[in-house]
Amino acid sequence: MPTARGKAVIPLLAAALTAGIALSATMGFLHIPITDVVAIILASLTPKPLPEGIDPIAVTVVTDVRMPRILAAALVGGMLGVSGAVFQAILLNPLADSYTLGISTGAAFGASLVIVLQIFGLTLPPAVSVPIFAFAGGVGTLAVVLYLAAGDRSLSSTSLILAGVIVAAILSAAIGFLKFLADEQVGIIIFWLMGSLSGSSWQNIFLLTPTALFGILVAFCYARDLNIMATGDRAATTLGVQTVRLRTILLVTCTLMTALAVSVSGIIGFVGLIVPHMLRHLVGPDNRLLVPLSFFTGGLLLLFADTLTRAVLPVEVPIGVLTALLGGPFFCIIFKKRQQHGKSDF
Amino acid sequence: MAKAISDRRQDRLWALQDVHFSYGGVPVLRDINLELRPGCCYGILGPNGSGKTTLLDLLNGLLTPQNGTVEFLGHAMRSWPRKQLARHMALVPQDFMVRFGFTVREVVEMGLHPHLHRFASPSPEDLALIDEILTVTGIAHLEKRSVTRLSGGEKQRVAVARALAQKPSVLLLDEATSNLDIHHSLEILHLTRSRFEQGHLQVVAVMHDLNLAAFFCDELIFLKEGRVVRQGKTEQVLTAETIATVYGVEAEVTTSTFTKCRQVSFRLPVAS
Repeated sequence: MPTARGKAVIPLLAAALTAGIALSATMGFLHIPITDVVAIILASLTPKPLPEGIDPIAVTVVTDVRMPRILAAALVGGMLGVSGAVFQAILLNPLADSYTLGISTGAAFGASLVIVLQIFGLTLPPAVSVPIFAFAGGVGTLAVVLYLAAGDRSLSSTSLILAGVIVAAILSAAIGFLKFLADEQVGIIIFWLMGSLSGSSWQNIFLLTPTALFGILVAFCYARDLNIMATGDRAATTLGVQTVRLRTILLVTCTLMTALAVSVSGIIGFVGLIVPHMLRHLVGPDNRLLVPLSFFTGGLLLLFADTLTRAVLPVEVPIGVLTALLGGPFFCIIFKKRQQHGKSDF
Repeated sequence: MAKAISDRRQDRLWALQDVHFSYGGVPVLRDINLELRPGCCYGILGPNGSGKTTLLDLLNGLLTPQNGTVEFLGHAMRSWPRKQLARHMALVPQDFMVRFGFTVREVVEMGLHPHLHRFASPSPEDLALIDEILTVTGIAHLEKRSVTRLSGGEKQRVAVARALAQKPSVLLLDEATSNLDIHHSLEILHLTRSRFEQGHLQVVAVMHDLNLAAFFCDELIFLKEGRVVRQGKTEQVLTAETIATVYGVEAEVTTSTFTKCRQVSFRLPVAS
């Protein structure tokens, strides 16, 4: 049973994310008062007419420029957070996330491939082909990782992570080769590698929203089974959890979320690692809480980072670089602590 | 005649026929023919690598034999849905490990999983059952403690509590007390034995310690190199001859005046 305190945090974080979205929309080159932002958002969501005296430029800036990017940040962060929580619970490893399995790198490889194909004269509409190729890359990577780990019938966590690391290493080299082939267009490929939300459009949001909803629902449906996975495969199976089926469903769902996130924002590391880890310390390891909380916290964290680079810092630092710079040292601390306290201390 | 057969099926828990099992081509169990009846506490014994745990995993459906059939309550094991099977039998593994810091109570409540719908919360009766189980297993005072911070003995008691919360009709113990000191071992075995004697529970236990097995089990099944070499009532099969055949050690089997159970002392065969 999730604790009452834990349950109370869910609406709190949802409210914080909503407030964060509105606040972030006021910030930027042009400062727009919060009351105007709220009025503009309400006017676009409801038939309520726009009040007099609001600068039409502000309307365009909020609805066409800032909102898609802000929502993309919240959705991408949320999906990475949920994927991280699920991967950690499935692999019984608090250091796991989309990267440990090589899925993000696979998705980035798929996305980069679209650009290289363009050079060879095969032009595909990027709005459709990039997410599809990213998903294909992610699923392909997952398939190879599962195949490599399958010698071990029950898909144990060590073999999965090892397989993920091997495949990610090969794919990184493959992306390097694509960069070499892309020559003049290398800038776009670097975007996939460093991550940025600057190109987000409403089209992206229409793709991300249903994916995020679907992913979080599936993860939440299996949250109790995920808890039981913590007792190991054998014990979980005798409790009626179909471990192989559970792993397959959740891995594919999280791959879908990761691939869609990567196709919009490039590789953004460490959100999926840090968010569930921090939350586990605050509210405990129950996935019925962790899954929704990871969504809101991931969204908040990435929104914060993106607003920082978009509106506060003098130069726009690629967001993947920023999260890696902030998250990397954090990762080192967890890793060191884990060694000191013994592995089971999470 | 047909009636008699179906009645006979009713009163046996498992029936294994000509069961062969191998891991990657290496045979682990061969020619296993067993019938396990209710009302009898079974012990599976044998040297390391004789296939004890594999046999237990065939009984709980975790493994499927390459040849032969395993039936549970008259139905082929493979026709049992996993969750329904989990309502009938629970397993206490040798090393109960929980990753992530779930509290003792949360882990014991996981035992309710096969009885609950996906989004259902435990009923007040379920919660009362959990309270009772926490008390009888002697871990009520630990209920809010993280399982990652328990001693080995405490952890095994959590494993037993979680298995009892499953409300099983059969409890499988896989060397559940092998890593515990004699006090904790006896406590867990007493607890299980008393539930068995009250008729709440059938028990099949893989055991290492012959003396504990003699005290705990009504019938013993001895495995050697993947075959059943002796099977029968404890006082009939637990003999010096059996121990010499199975383990290759000399033994003296006596009935203790203190415990009223068979007791075994051993020595390596003296080279002649």
